Formats: sequence, C-alpha cells, structure tokens
Amino acid sequence: MTELVGQLINLFAAILLMLSFAMISQRRILSLIHLFTAQGITLVAATVLVGYATHQPHLYVSAGITLALKVILIPLLLYRVINRLDVRWDVETLINIPMTMVIGIALVIFAFNLALPISKLSVSVARGTLGIALACVLLSFMMMITRSKAVPQVIGFLSMENGLFFAATSATYGMPMVVELGIALDVLVGILILGVFMFHIREEFDSLDISHLEKLKED
Amino acid sequence: MITRWLPAAAQWLQIDWVLLVVGAWLLIGVAGVLALRRLTLVARVLFPLGGAFGLALAGIALSAALSSPEVAVLPIGLPGLPFHFRLDSLSAFFLIVIGSVSAGVSAFAAGYFRKGEGTPPGLLAFEYHLFLASMALVVVADDAYAFMVMWETMALSSFFLVTANHRIVEIQRAGYLYLLIAHIGAISILLCFGVLQANTGDYTFANMRAQQLSPFWASLAFLLALVGFGAKAGILPLHVWLPEAHPAAPSPVSALMSGVMLKTAIYGVLRVFFDLLDTPLWWWGLLLLVVGLATALFGVVFAAVQVDMKRLLAYSSIENIGLLFAAIGLAVLFSAYGMQPMAALALTAVLYHVAGHAFFKSLLFVGTGAVLHATGERNLGKLGGLIRTMPWVAWAMLVGVLASAGLPPLAGFVSEWLLLQSFLFSPALPSAFLNMLIPVVAALIALIAALAGYTMVKFFGIIFLGQPREEKLALARDASGWERIGMAWLVCGCVLLGLFPVQFIALIDPVTRSLIGAGMADTVAAGGWLLVPVAIERASYGPAIFLLGVAASFALAFVLVRTLYHGRLRRAAPWDCGYPWQNARMQDTAEGFGQPIRQIFEPFFRMERELPTPFDTEPRYRVSVGDHFWHWLYLPLARAVERLASAIGLLQQGRIAVYLLYSFATLIAVLVVVKQ
Repeated sequence: MTELVGQLINLFAAILLMLSFAMISQRRILSLIHLFTAQGITLVAATVLVGYATHQPHLYVSAGITLALKVILIPLLLYRVINRLDVRWDVETLINIPMTMVIGIALVIFAFNLALPISKLSVSVARGTLGIALACVLLSFMMMITRSKAVPQVIGFLSMENGLFFAATSATYGMPMVVELGIALDVLVGILILGVFMFHIREEFDSLDISHLEKLKED
Repeated sequence: MITRWLPAAAQWLQIDWVLLVVGAWLLIGVAGVLALRRLTLVARVLFPLGGAFGLALAGIALSAALSSPEVAVLPIGLPGLPFHFRLDSLSAFFLIVIGSVSAGVSAFAAGYFRKGEGTPPGLLAFEYHLFLASMALVVVADDAYAFMVMWETMALSSFFLVTANHRIVEIQRAGYLYLLIAHIGAISILLCFGVLQANTGDYTFANMRAQQLSPFWASLAFLLALVGFGAKAGILPLHVWLPEAHPAAPSPVSALMSGVMLKTAIYGVLRVFFDLLDTPLWWWGLLLLVVGLATALFGVVFAAVQVDMKRLLAYSSIENIGLLFAAIGLAVLFSAYGMQPMAALALTAVLYHVAGHAFFKSLLFVGTGAVLHATGERNLGKLGGLIRTMPWVAWAMLVGVLASAGLPPLAGFVSEWLLLQSFLFSPALPSAFLNMLIPVVAALIALIAALAGYTMVKFFGIIFLGQPREEKLALARDASGWERIGMAWLVCGCVLLGLFPVQFIALIDPVTRSLIGAGMADTVAAGGWLLVPVAIERASYGPAIFLLGVAASFALAFVLVRTLYHGRLRRAAPWDCGYPWQNARMQDTAEGFGQPIRQIFEPFFRMERELPTPFDTEPRYRVSVGDHFWHWLYLPLARAVERLASAIGLLQQGRIAVYLLYSFATLIAVLVVVKQ
C-alpha cells in the first residue's frame, strides 16, 4: 500500500514538472491559466495523498485551502483580468522557446543535484520528490524572467509558490498551519494588488508590456 | 516599582526628583504643541516656566552632588529592556551645569523668539524643552540603550532647532552637515559600547565597569569613544559642523548647543575614559593632548579672522573644547602613571572650565542674539558703537568677553590657572619623551590664551566700541526685560564662578574622588579663601584679594586724578592729523583687525582674495578664509561616495526581467554555496 502511494506521489511530482515545462513553452495566456489550474489540481491530489499516507490531518486542510485558492479563486480572477484587458492571445518571450527549454533542463539537473544530500536526511515518503519541487521553483522563476508581459509574470510567480508548497509537503509534511495560512493570504493579497497594477499599467501605457516601466527609472 | 512612586514625596530619592523635572520639561513641550501659534503664551509662560524648572534641577543636583549614587529603573522602552538611570557625583555636576545655564538661556528665550521666524513658537518650545530633557537624561543614563536613545533624541531635537528657519538654503545645508556628523559620532559611540560590554550581552554601565578588557580592546573602545564624542564636541577634523550650525540656529539655541550640548560630549568622554574603562594607557593621554592642542590652536586662529560674530564664537568654542580635551589628556597621562593628585588637579581644571565655558559662551551667544535682533546684522563689518544704544547688552557682553579671554577675577581665569598649574607638573612624569614635549605644549597654551584674548578684543571692540558703521545702528534697541534677566543670570554665573573657586571646587571634589580616587578639596580648603592648587606657597590665587586690589588701585587712581588734576581741565579739539573729515568708515574693520593673524598663520587658511586695481572706479575688496580640512578631507570623501553610488546605480536598469535575473543569479549562487 505504502509502496503504491509512494509511486503515486512520484507520478504527481513528475506531472508537476511536466506542467512546469509546458508553462515555459506556452505562449498563449489562456493556455497558461489552464496549465496553472492543472498544476493546482495535481498539487491538491499530491497533498491529499501524502496526508493519507502519513496520517497528518492538517495536510487535508492545506489541500482544501489550495483547492479553493489556486484551483478555483485565482484562475477565476485571472480569467476576469484577461477578459477585461483583452489579452487572451498574447505571445512574445524575451528568449526563444527552445533556448528556454535547454536552460530549463540544465536547471532541473542542477536542482536534482542540489536536492540529493537533503533527500537523504529526510524521512518523508515523498523525499525523492524534493528535487522536482526545487526544479519547479527554478523553472517558474525563469519563466518570470523570460516573459515580457505582466500576466505571464504573475502566473510564473504563482507557479513558483506552488513549487515551494510542494517542496514543503514533500520534505517535511508541510509547514506549520500558521505559516501556511499566512502564505495563502499573501498569495491572495498579492494577486489582488498585481491585478490592480495591471489595470493601472494598461491605463498608463495602453499596453501590458512591462518594458514600458523602464521609463520610470530615474536618470 | 509602582509602589515606590506612590508614597509621599518626602520619601522620594533625588533621582526621582530629577526625573520629575525632566517630565515637567516634556509636559511644557507638549503644552507648546497645543498652543502652537500663541506667541505670548509660549514666550511669557512656557519658557520662564522651563527656566524655573532648570533652576530646580540645578538645586536638586547640588544636593545630589555631595551624596552617594542613586539608581532608578524605568520600565519604558522595549519590553524586557528598561531604562536604567544613575545619579552620581559626575552626573550631578553636569546636571548643575545644564540646569543653571538653561535657566538663564530660557529666560532670555522668553524675550527672544518672535513671530515669522520659521518654525511656529509652540513647536520651538517643544523642541527646546525636549532638547533640555534629553540632555539631562543623557547624563543620568546608566545603560547603553537609554544613553543612545537620549543621545539621538538630543541630536534630532537640536537638528530641528538649528533648522528653525528651514526655508533658507544655507540653513538646510548646515542642518544636514550637523545631522551627518552627529550620526557618524553616534555610530562610533554605539560600537564603543559594543566593545565595552565584552561579549556579555549586558549593556548596563554596571556590567561595563565590571569588565576587564585587554589592552587591544580597551584601546579600540577608547578610539571609538574619542571619535564618537569628538564628533559631538567638535575636535579636529570633525569640527566642520560647528561654524555652520551655530550661525544657522536661533541664538538661544546656539547658546545651549555651544554652552551645554558640547559639554555632554565631555561628560561622555569622562564617563567612558575614567569610569567604564578601568586603567588608562599612557598613549591615550598623549593622543588626547595632541588632538586637543591642535584643535585649540586651529579654533583660536580661525576665530581671530572671522567676520561673522556667531562664526567667531563657534570657532572660539572649538578652541575651548580643544583645551578641555588637552586637559583630559593630561589627566589620563597622570593617572596612567599613577600620579592621582596631579590627575585630580587636571580633572578639576576640566570640570571648572566646563562650568565656566558653559556660562560665558552662553552669555556671548545670547548677546549676539540681542545684537542680531536689534540690528539685523551678523557681520562685524556692519556693526560698531553699539555700547551707546545697547548699554545693557554691551556691559553684560563685556563680562562674558573678559571671562572668555581668561582674565581675573572671572570664571575663565580660574580654570586656565588650574590648567596651567597642572601642565607645570608634567615634568614630574617618568618619561623623558613626554618631558621633552612640555616646553612646546606650554608655549602652545600660552599662544592659545593670548590669541583668545586678541579674538575677544576684536569681538567686543568691533561690535560695541567706536562709531556705528551703518546709519540704522542708531535705531538699535536694547534688550527687553526677559532678555536682561537671562543675561544678568549668566553674568552672575561668570562672576560667582570667578570669585568663589574654593567653594565650587568642593562640588568637583566628589567627582574626581569617584573617578580617579583623589581630590583637591583638602589642599584647597587649607588655603581658606585662597585658591591653592598645590601648596600655599606655590601659585595660590585669591580672587577676592585680586578684586579688592583692582578696586583699590582704581579708586586710588581716581582719587589721585581728581585731587591732582581737577580744575586744571581744558577742553579743546584734538589734532586731526591734518585730515578733518573723519567718518565711521575710517575705523579699523574686522578684516583689518584680523589681518596680522591672517598673515602670520597663512598656511592654516585657504584664502581667496579679490584685490581692486588702482583704476577701479568702484573698488571692491573681498577676502574669504576657507578651511583646508574641507578641501583635503571632506570633499574628496564626498566625491568618492558619489562615484561609488553612481557605480552602484548602474545596476538599476529599469527592466523587471533584469531585476528578476539578479534575484535568480543570487539564488543559484547561494544554492551552489550551500551545496559545497
């Protein structure tokens, strides 16, 4: 039974990593939101599984929060934003997609290398997945760097938070409840503020291209 | 704690009363904020009230100076980190100075502040009383935390007082410079306390006293304290803020800053060198001596060539601070060689000069304030002959000037006398190298004293004597009632300190006893009314006798002249050298008076001259005297900081992707390091 659960968690971890790569290669914002939702669902499933395998009831609660926030609320908010701003078919990355993928592979190798000694210390069922979680964080970070529009950057930020959450679950059975609630609130407030900012950027520059923000620099 | 505050006032300790006075000052300040623009209320009620509390503080401290130390703990501040206070003889001595001098300055301020001079009067009253309260608490603080909080409150409140006329660009710059150097000093003091607590994590002064530091750490603490307190006191090369900030501030504030605030730095130096650090090393004393004398010479030479009266006084303060540091250095030297009685003599000179300088410099600064308000001029070249229109101010200033020049029987003479006596003892030091320095040092002290006299003659002569250099000076009005009261009080201080040195040294005695274990009261008391620094047959000085002698010879001369020459008086026009058209512009000017000094000490100055040619129809002569330190030290430093800042500014690209890349690269780098 434990064997099966372990295998399942590894599977979900692999799906997470795949989704991260998919997000890097995706140009369309609408698809990005779909991928982000899928990532959230995978995360919820993985958290529930770890909670079930280790009899940690508080993991169910955090899974519930994740479901409410990252699968339902935030994607809905993002849909509304892109509909209102009419930026559903956005393209353009700073570095071309194949190049990003290559860098991404290098990052994954680095993350695995990094997680190896830490995984050995951990006693969790999901210890093998720490490398994947780290890789997700780094990949999302890279996505934030390579996108020139505001909405994909926000999605990259959220996806990075997913990776962190998964790292916490897999390494130590999740963070303390207080910390988790705090982070959830942070993400929610962050997305609201970023949403407001996106409208303001749009109003100011007639575009969501953040290269316009360079004008704000003081000479 | 609470229960201690409840019982009847009869059971209160002296330190509780001190804290009560401080609280009263704060309340007056709050009242000032509530009555923000009501000048009459603020000036006629709040400032005199503050002065009365200053007197009360001096009275309490007077009784505390002779009793044993008291402590108090106030549970304010951060949780688990209460303020510790301790009232010992050293604190009490400085409280006497703060209280008595601020009483005079507050009375003067009651008549000084007017409408339309920048900050509203109520706010000024708040800053002023906050400044007083923080100075009082600095000298009773007994842990580094309380000390630093009060020290910074003092710096900030005085910064806002300096920038009362904040719309004027020079005043903004002066305030900024002051704040900058104050912060450099505060950082240094903080580090000094960090060294003194010797890794125990306990920042009370009691713990610091108990620590035995190795010579290296002790020397480090000494140097940090020297820089930190030196920045506030204005020793070379951290003096640059003084001549900028003092002219910028309103006169009562300059008086407090120069007369009292600089003394808190002296307090800090004494507290750290003699109380918190246990045994001094001899080279500390030598360093202090050299720095102090250099500062004094620099200050007095610059004072002699100034043409702005408040700048002149600011440089004179630098000179006095230099003398104080030199005397402290001597005390350190003596005590490092175990010669406690000599050290006590030098330290007595320091404390006496602290009190004397506080009185006469405050008097001179408030006097310049009265002149400034009456004439609107700070430039000596546009004043003159004011003794006729402002006799009150002129006579009060004459006392201050004489005391400042170190003439008997006033306050300045006693301290300089003690200081010279202690210098004359330095051949007793068991070090041939130090003995070789003594002739140089003695010559320097003599030079400084003479130049100080020269400066004061210039200051008084140009402002008050001769003919008015401008038309409007004839309309100058003498000081108002409150201003006269304040100045009279400060004059009394100068005179009494000069006439009763024996009685005042009885107050200093417990301080030197607690700091270096020896005092002067016994030798001094042996002389009765004579001031006896060493032994009755050597260098005794009786101010009362001196005064009687002076008065007697004046009376004798007067009588002789009256009897011998009276009735044979003949009035006639003097010979006018064949040039009958004399006017005020033919008098010696401030520039002219300082010209010999400018010539002799030319390498000290960075001079810019504009000389007219013989063919100019409107000849103009301009000379400006600059400070080498500004060009050699501060400007290169400022340029280096600017270059560094613009190099760091290259990082600011304005592109979010680049910023994210910075974080990303940092993250990867940190991860790689962690991996190793």
